[in-house]
Amino acid sequence: MELQPIKFYQTGTFTVGNRLLDADQRSVQANMERTNSLNSGHRACQGCGEALGARYAIDAAMRASNNQVIACNATGCLEVFSTPYPETSWQIPWIHSLFGNAAAVATGVMAAMKVKGRKDVRVIAQGGDGGTTDIGFGCLSGMFDRNDDVLYICYDNQAYMNTGVQRSSATPPAARTATTMALGPEPGAVFGQGKNVPLIAMAHGIPYVATASVAYLRDLEAKVSRAMTVRGARYIHILVPCPLGWGAAPHDTIKLARLAVETGLFPLFEAEHGEVTSSNKIRHRVPVEEYLKPQKRFAHLFGKTPAVDTLARIQEMADRNIRKFRLMDERRHG
Amino acid sequence: MLKQTEGSHAIAESVALCRPEVICAYPITPQTHIVEGLGEMVKAGELQNCEFINVESEFAALSVAIGASAAGARTYTATASQGLLFMAEAVYNAAGLGLPIVMTIGNRAIGAPINIWNDHTDSMSMRDAGWIQLYAETNQEAADLHIQAFRLAEELSMPVMVCVDGFILTHAYERLDIPTQEQVDAYLPPFEPRQVLDPSEPVSIGAMVGPEAFMEVRYLAHHKQMRALELIPQLSAEFRQVFGRDSGGLMRTYRAEDAKTIVVALGSVNGTIKDVIDELRDEGYAIGAATILSFRPFPSEELHELLSHAKRLVVIEKSLAVGIGGIVSHNLRMALSGISLHAYTVVAGLGGRPITKSSLRSLFERALRDELEPLTFLDLNQSAVDRELEREKARRRSGPSAENILRDLAGGAR
Repeated sequence: MELQPIKFYQTGTFTVGNRLLDADQRSVQANMERTNSLNSGHRACQGCGEALGARYAIDAAMRASNNQVIACNATGCLEVFSTPYPETSWQIPWIHSLFGNAAAVATGVMAAMKVKGRKDVRVIAQGGDGGTTDIGFGCLSGMFDRNDDVLYICYDNQAYMNTGVQRSSATPPAARTATTMALGPEPGAVFGQGKNVPLIAMAHGIPYVATASVAYLRDLEAKVSRAMTVRGARYIHILVPCPLGWGAAPHDTIKLARLAVETGLFPLFEAEHGEVTSSNKIRHRVPVEEYLKPQKRFAHLFGKTPAVDTLARIQEMADRNIRKFRLMDERRHG
Repeated sequence: MLKQTEGSHAIAESVALCRPEVICAYPITPQTHIVEGLGEMVKAGELQNCEFINVESEFAALSVAIGASAAGARTYTATASQGLLFMAEAVYNAAGLGLPIVMTIGNRAIGAPINIWNDHTDSMSMRDAGWIQLYAETNQEAADLHIQAFRLAEELSMPVMVCVDGFILTHAYERLDIPTQEQVDAYLPPFEPRQVLDPSEPVSIGAMVGPEAFMEVRYLAHHKQMRALELIPQLSAEFRQVFGRDSGGLMRTYRAEDAKTIVVALGSVNGTIKDVIDELRDEGYAIGAATILSFRPFPSEELHELLSHAKRLVVIEKSLAVGIGGIVSHNLRMALSGISLHAYTVVAGLGGRPITKSSLRSLFERALRDELEPLTFLDLNQSAVDRELEREKARRRSGPSAENILRDLAGGAR
């Protein structure tokens, strides 16, 4: 048998391989004892960012809570692909009620646990961007407002993928969806629309808000673990590429998630009580074209006559994020 | 204990005696006093072991209740009118999940035109959602039905709506008998859920169900309600044993034994109906009444038996199925199979219009002479309607009807 050399780094990243770390610093997923809360065999598409993000997030939450987690799921891809009954991928108590009420259902579960003296049981609500930033937004804001002891995780793939790729308020400008067609003088989703729910979450003054990416799974695990040490309303917004909806190759999910961060289009940060407390620095800054080009939803920007103005506007968004969230190491880049 | 109290407050006290563990509150007239009363008891520490949650909408109120009930807590909320419609999706969901939530409806009209007064349009709109629907005739019954509702809901693992006429009952002060904690504890055992979210025994609840099993799940909901047809009278009888008074049941008759004309209605209007029936009985007419207490499940057999010897049926309903007429009367048609009688539908009291003794009396007199139309709108101001129809005929842009009619009634018609 041919011997394989040990890889200490993932290709093209600065991620340290687990084997270089002390045992207690290794990832939850590297541990044989991980709970596999979202077990294999579900029906997610090949390369699904949401399945990956959910597995890492919930396993990390399980480890942080001594396996005392109840999850409340909004309608959407994650719900549909995980529970085509009689099959269920969930190894934890899990409830799906409606599209727009996951945060409120979680409040109810939390209240029941409180009244039964089970403060050790932690409640997670989760949904896609449609279930979070659009239809579930009222319940989400209500849960934040009451500072209910719930961790809400949004798996953001930037459109309604389960119903066939329609625009949500998390769809980025210029992106083609089934309802923002690549037609007319301004093809794709229009500029100046959409909402930034992590910032809106911060505006509620809740104790913990973070953004995360499936390209940085250790960071994701660390943020979930951090969130589990806090009581009150918490919000983690994870960018999860969708090969189907984005028109990308399944093997490019991690790469695209990384490029979204390295361009500055998806800033990774943490905030406590409404104040940004840290942001992940970009070490390889890349122009937005590198992120946009492999995705068919942006193909109309790269035709015979590239949409130079549109690309410049998207680059401006990335630059603004870099300034606003201090995404470049200021010592090195002045 | 006897006390002079408001209907809403009696309901609040009664619910509190049931030891609810999670209560969701969102204000909407005319149910608001109920959750305010409960909130006071929780805040003052009189109602312990209970989470009182102020939510941001009725949709959230019932959604929080769904989560709490699925996690094994005895859960209560209350709403009315637009609020019930705003939570409609969760109403069906709670029933589909088989969660024994108890919810009071302070019955009120649905807009537009916006109207805060009593009729049954709100709860009638949810009659087929899979909840048991009980309609209280009096405030004593409203208070008592909540105690029975928790027992019923939890026994069947199915949500129960207790419908109480807005203002007429919710805001009326009268002498009521509030039970003791010992009585309620003797009647209502602690909640033992059929399904529960528990980390030590993980289950998935609310999974996708395809054509292979959906019918069966829905059928089971129907089957449970058929069981409720047996259970509701039993629980009412047991209630009598513990509390010493009659409350609840499927339906209740009044002077109906030999009646050739039977008046059927739901809720508080039965008080007025009974007074008119007394008058007509004194004058020798064979007329009686039936109060439907359980609209879901619908007591078809009991009504069939009651009506099998009747010549006339007059259904008084506080809701309108626009485009066909009555809802209650259409439900009653099933029970009339094989019975030949004159059936009259009377839509009355919409948007809080008073249903007076004199109107009912002349209505029943016309019914007794078989001079009623199959569908009657009690005390409809026909001339106001005609004038609006004239305006619509005269001008294409006749403007908003509700505003036109109000202006017309105020004497300022164009």
